[in-house]
Amino acid sequence: MSTPSLRTENLTIRFGGHAAVNGVTCAFVPGELTVIVGPNGAGKTTWFNLVSGQLRPTEGRIFKADRDITGLAPSARAKAGIGRAFQLTNLFPKLSVRENVRLAVQARRGVGPRILRAAASFGDIAEEAQAYLERARLDTVAELPASALPHGDQRKLEVALLMAMQPDIYMFDEPTAGMSVDEAPVILDLIATIKEDRSKTILLVEHKMDVVRALADRIVVLHNGELIADGGPSAVMAMPLVREIYLGVGAEDVA
Amino acid sequence: MTAATLETAAATPARRIPMGRAIVYGVVLAIGLVLATAPFLFPDVRSQEVAARICIFIVLVASYDLLIGYTGIVSFAHTMFFGLGAYATAIALKTMGPGFDAILLGGALGVLAALVLAILIGLLSLRVKAIFFAMVTLAAASVMLVLASQLSDFTGGEDGITYDIPRFFAPANKLFEDADGKVVRLFGVALNGRLALYYFVFVTALVLFVLMLRIVRSPLGTVLEAIRENEMRAEAIGYRVVAYRTAIFCIAAVIAAIAGILRAVWLKYTGPEVALSFAIMIDILLMVVIGGMGTIVGAVIGVVIMTLAQFYLKDLMEVAAHATADVPLLPDLLNPERWLLWLGVLFILLVYFFPAGIAGTLIGKGGHK
Repeated sequence: MSTPSLRTENLTIRFGGHAAVNGVTCAFVPGELTVIVGPNGAGKTTWFNLVSGQLRPTEGRIFKADRDITGLAPSARAKAGIGRAFQLTNLFPKLSVRENVRLAVQARRGVGPRILRAAASFGDIAEEAQAYLERARLDTVAELPASALPHGDQRKLEVALLMAMQPDIYMFDEPTAGMSVDEAPVILDLIATIKEDRSKTILLVEHKMDVVRALADRIVVLHNGELIADGGPSAVMAMPLVREIYLGVGAEDVA
Repeated sequence: MTAATLETAAATPARRIPMGRAIVYGVVLAIGLVLATAPFLFPDVRSQEVAARICIFIVLVASYDLLIGYTGIVSFAHTMFFGLGAYATAIALKTMGPGFDAILLGGALGVLAALVLAILIGLLSLRVKAIFFAMVTLAAASVMLVLASQLSDFTGGEDGITYDIPRFFAPANKLFEDADGKVVRLFGVALNGRLALYYFVFVTALVLFVLMLRIVRSPLGTVLEAIRENEMRAEAIGYRVVAYRTAIFCIAAVIAAIAGILRAVWLKYTGPEVALSFAIMIDILLMVVIGGMGTIVGAVIGVVIMTLAQFYLKDLMEVAAHATADVPLLPDLLNPERWLLWLGVLFILLVYFFPAGIAGTLIGKGGHK
């Protein structure tokens, strides 16, 4: 195995007496797509928030490659190559779809402080934003405000923002939640494309079992904030404990 | 302003410029042209007073719009920065005598003081919730107001300071003389120092206004809007929100301080009432709301409406009261002493029919729907 691109060491966060994430130690390598599963309240999104910086851990450390990023702000982690898409749609609602994507492109390229040149004159950024809009099939609605998009398109824009950041580590939090059957494949195709570039690490929180089977190289199971299983899809899905707590609770999600 | 209109047109080559947007830019351009020729269109002293006040307040209100409209920062310290520029210039003119060196030095110190204070307030408190930040700015502005009235040796206290400005700006200064040594007149208007002073105010205001239009159309402008829309996501895609907020707070403070310099030089008087009071802060808020937050050009419309109402509503009511003298009740309602009532009615009507401000509503209607 190659060296880990992301590693959490004894990662723990307590809210009052409740440990939402409890001593999670695991490592991820480039080229691997890991699906993180677990019932509601297992701590999946909280663990994501710790890695991308929205929450600070009570204990434990986070490493991007060899660099300790535990103390970094979310913006610094984004610059360090950790990209995150959110479970609840989390966009810039009054800005146009194009501006949403352009913001992500320009954040990475760092033109923010150039305050006297018109944004429209940064042709390379506009072109790149256009490319991501086309990949996410949002180019026809690019001039609408993000809030005017139907839910499915907002989910696509969420993923387009993440792709425009070009991170080393992609974190998707239920990217197809609430999407119709014919919309979901667009996003799954996008994830599959990222996976083809073997240099990226992909983390995916997902409930739909067909998605898990189609994409996962590895499955990590969280339960009550603890990591209870970690391994290849078939091995993990065969574990009695996993079948009981995951498939039992989440049976309605099994497609 | 012409450049900005063309730029907008160039940015959207495929689409027709929507109706509402065209109206707003047309009105703003017309106001700009009137202000550019104001001394010739309205040569009387009071009109020039109004025109200069409009120029200065456009800068002040547009810089406030950078904060409240674009970035979603609520600050009550904007008149404080305005006052710092005005007072520093006034004190320099008073102590050093009426020279351009005094304006330059005093103005530079005022701008520097505004910048330092903005950095301090920004770094200390832009991390906290919006409401706490608003309270901090309110406290800072109150302290400044108390200081201005207590340090009366420097500031003249409640009475303020009167001083002379460079002789170049005096009405007696002839910019051009004819063969007899008389001042040259253009369209009947004397080309004297007073005219030079007006254009000093107008050109400085125009440069600052265009600068602000450039800022909001730059990549930074979009980042500011992103921070207003969704601070957490802006941070998550890699923007240091606190740094950007502090930066725009400093830029707005510096521009407000420069507007203060213009105010001090134009009025030849600086006191709490004209440069520092909370009444000015409320005027700024009303103007930015009437014009339309997050538009910059809305500042022009809001300032013109409010200023014209403040200066001319009484006159208009006087005329109306006379005209309706024979009708019962109406002359009493239109009595000039009740002008604040009608200003209130005007404000309510404007907010009712233009909920996003005049420019905001018109541009929004033409743009997205």
